[in-house]
Amino acid sequence: MIELDNLQKRFGENRVLRGLTLNVERGTSMVIIGGSGTGKSVALKCILGLVTPDSGTIKVDGQDATTGDRDAFLARFGMLFQGGALFDSLPVWQNVAFRHLRGSLKKPQAEARELAIEKLRRVGLKPETADQLPAELSGGMQKRVGLARAIAADPEIIFFDEPTTGLDPIMAGVINDLIREIVVEMGATAMTITHDMTSVRAIADNVAMLHEGVIKWTGPVSQMDASGDPYLDQFIHGRAEGPIAAVR
Amino acid sequence: MSALLHPLAFIGALVLGICGTIGKVAIFMARSFSHILRPPFYPKELGVALLNIGWLSLPVVGLTAIFTGGALALQIYSGGSRFSAEAVVPQIVAIGMVRELGPVLVGLMIAARVTSSIAAEIATMKVTEQIDALVTLSTNPMKYLVVPRLLAALITVPMLVGIGDIIGIAGGYTVAVQNLGFNPATYLKNTVNFLEPLDVISSLVKGAAFGVIAALMGCYYGMKSERGAQGVGQATKNSVEAAAILILAANFVLTGMFF
Ligand SMILES: Nc1ncnc2c1ncn2[C@@H]1O[C@H](COP(=O)(O)OP(=O)(O)OP(=O)(O)O)[C@@H](O)[C@H]1O
Ligand SMILES: [Mg+2]
Repeated sequence: MIELDNLQKRFGENRVLRGLTLNVERGTSMVIIGGSGTGKSVALKCILGLVTPDSGTIKVDGQDATTGDRDAFLARFGMLFQGGALFDSLPVWQNVAFRHLRGSLKKPQAEARELAIEKLRRVGLKPETADQLPAELSGGMQKRVGLARAIAADPEIIFFDEPTTGLDPIMAGVINDLIREIVVEMGATAMTITHDMTSVRAIADNVAMLHEGVIKWTGPVSQMDASGDPYLDQFIHGRAEGPIAAVR
Repeated sequence: MSALLHPLAFIGALVLGICGTIGKVAIFMARSFSHILRPPFYPKELGVALLNIGWLSLPVVGLTAIFTGGALALQIYSGGSRFSAEAVVPQIVAIGMVRELGPVLVGLMIAARVTSSIAAEIATMKVTEQIDALVTLSTNPMKYLVVPRLLAALITVPMLVGIGDIIGIAGGYTVAVQNLGFNPATYLKNTVNFLEPLDVISSLVKGAAFGVIAALMGCYYGMKSERGAQGVGQATKNSVEAAAILILAANFVLTGMFF
């Protein structure tokens, strides 16, 4: 459903993506792993058109993502940003209900609020948080509000940039289950970036490892342990020694 | 250092930089205005902007105008008395406030108050990825953030200038009547009879132009900011500088046109 072909992106001298090629099938959950600063977030932003790649193609449903109706294209996506990116001038519920308060999906205010509170509940937040401002919440709570906002309009394709960093193990488990549920029950296509190997095993159908701007290994999560790839092995076992340099 | 070693290269780079910025600002302005007429519209955001830019600027505009009007009356009296022309105080206060000081001072106060806050707010949104988040929520930042602020400034700053003119004249009137022994009725009659419609129109047109400049600079520097807290500070500083200089330059050009 999402096809990235030979994607390249550099920031000045920093060559971040150096020919990234990846396919994500409809209704599956792809988890991207890879060292910090290897360009995982940049790759997701390229798909959404927030960063323009220098070369390469991005296709969604066989259609070039850079042409055609932007609004219709973006309406199919939900995105959880690594830093949350909550609108700090709006209370939590209006953040979650953002799409339902304006534009083509506009609903009556009371209904939008109900939906927002329901999504907050699904990410483990009490209804009382709805009227707080993002700045009044803890980091992990902000992350979960961002998650609620990403799934609020039940998008077909959802990107999660580190959904469980900053959460306690129990809450991380809740979020992993939620992401799995969204893929299995609602048939959504998910791309998740994470550093948490427990999450990888809980969420993924397929795993892709990004290293030095290319996908070093990709395959079903069940084959991850027996891949024989030294880069992947070092990563999943968190070894300081191995082919991946510790300083980058 | 390189500026000292290669003065010509430095001047050349400066000129090129200024031309480039003018071009980018012009494109940004054209894009902003093109979004004003195309849906979707965000009336709630416009309401908030009207409140912030218009209503909440009233105290600052009023205080600036009243002190300036009062001081102007004193200065003109002292200057006028040197050739026995003290009687012109009402006329000069009126023309000075309406044609020049009202619009310029209100414009500069708006640059200080509104441009800086727009730039800091939008720049913070930019560096915390809130602008990217807006895009992924199918909302065009130009329509959602820029258009409401631009429209609000276009609507309210001329009003603020009109109010500033009136309060400035009232300041001059108070000083003239209380301290300089002017007759209240004559003072008002002289003011009203002396002002021509063109004076007032030029004042309001300047107000509209300065409002657009103030809002546009805040939005432009906010939207193009980067690099964290330092970038936000930089954007705010650049936006206020640019707005103040452009307002004074536009004032010169517009005064020439209405001369
Ligand atoms: N807007 C930008 N301007 C310049 N460089 C950028 C920009 N965005 C990202 N980079 C650079 O691109 C590289 C990859 O960044 P990215 O955020 O994709 O990393 P990541 O893989 O998501 O890392 P992490 O796991 O730490 O989040 C980094 O070296 C970063 O410095
Ligand atoms: Mg990242």
